[in-house]
Amino acid sequence: MKYLYQTGIILLVTFLGEVLARVVPFPVPAAVWGLTLLFTLLCLRVIRPGQIGDSARFLLLLLPVLFVSPTVNLMDQGQALGRILPQAALIVVLSTLLTFPVSGRVTQFLRKRTGKEDDE
Amino acid sequence: MTGFLSESSFFAAALTLLLWRLASLMQEKTRSPFLNPILLSAGGVIAVLLVLGIPNSAYQRGMQPFSYLMTPATVCLALPLYEQVRILGRNLPAIIAGVVCGVLTSLLCIGALCLLFRLEPAVAVSLLPKSVTTAIGVPLSEGRGGLGSVTAAAIIVTGIIGNTAGPLLCRIFGIRDPVAQGTAFGTASHVIGTAGAGKMGAVQGAVGSLSLVVAGVLTAVLFPAAAAFFL
Repeated sequence: MKYLYQTGIILLVTFLGEVLARVVPFPVPAAVWGLTLLFTLLCLRVIRPGQIGDSARFLLLLLPVLFVSPTVNLMDQGQALGRILPQAALIVVLSTLLTFPVSGRVTQFLRKRTGKEDDE
Repeated sequence: MTGFLSESSFFAAALTLLLWRLASLMQEKTRSPFLNPILLSAGGVIAVLLVLGIPNSAYQRGMQPFSYLMTPATVCLALPLYEQVRILGRNLPAIIAGVVCGVLTSLLCIGALCLLFRLEPAVAVSLLPKSVTTAIGVPLSEGRGGLGSVTAAAIIVTGIIGNTAGPLLCRIFGIRDPVAQGTAFGTASHVIGTAGAGKMGAVQGAVGSLSLVVAGVLTAVLFPAAAAFFL
């Protein structure tokens, strides 16, 4: 019973996200609207964590598994990209290798500066 | 038999979930970041498909019902976000500053390289949102005339790079603070990277999922301007 109700709430919020994505004339995906909406409803205590917790945790556990089939799909992507494959691959690798240290170093620098590093 | 397995509604999903279990157990045993469950299970699936002669298109069709859960599962990230915002309270400004700098770096770097290689606008638009999770990046790309399949592929590769090379990158660049490590994983390599951050520690996992959400929302806001530059 509990799982059905919880999943129902999650799907309702996702649907409202879909509605917002359609109605608002700004290209924000349904997932972002739904996520923001659910976060707001949790903060306003309209939805309590216990009302979605078990189903949400199951879906979150499933989330990385949902990336397996697009990974398998990579086998057919080589031809689709054709002659731009080397450039596209280089862009993906370089931008990731740059973004990672930039965000990490900025956060580390600010945490050190404000002297919050040791009170974990 | 190959024909039946290709048409089956349940073979693809059963195969994927059971290989996922096997891959997770293997990683728990070896603790090697290179044996990440997504890469291992995908490798296993590809091997099974090749051996049994099942086309990838049939496998993808079998997994369709699962892709339906991508958006609701992404929406559920709001729950850990809500739980962590209170715990991470005083660290929020530093985390958000790291995410903002990371998102800008990613967009600028991809944009600059696309210009340098003179890639066509549709490809540039497809690559720009590749650092955020699929449920956010693919609709952004498609909404501006990008190719969803290219974006999806770039997102996967980005996640796997972060997931496997993340611990090494932390060492090379001297990122020792757990909160900073989490920010780097979440900002640079979304859900897949954050799964790797969780293996480094609970703080890294929590900060990672917060960062990937902030990075996703911020990218959704900044993407139209970045894409307009190419269109």
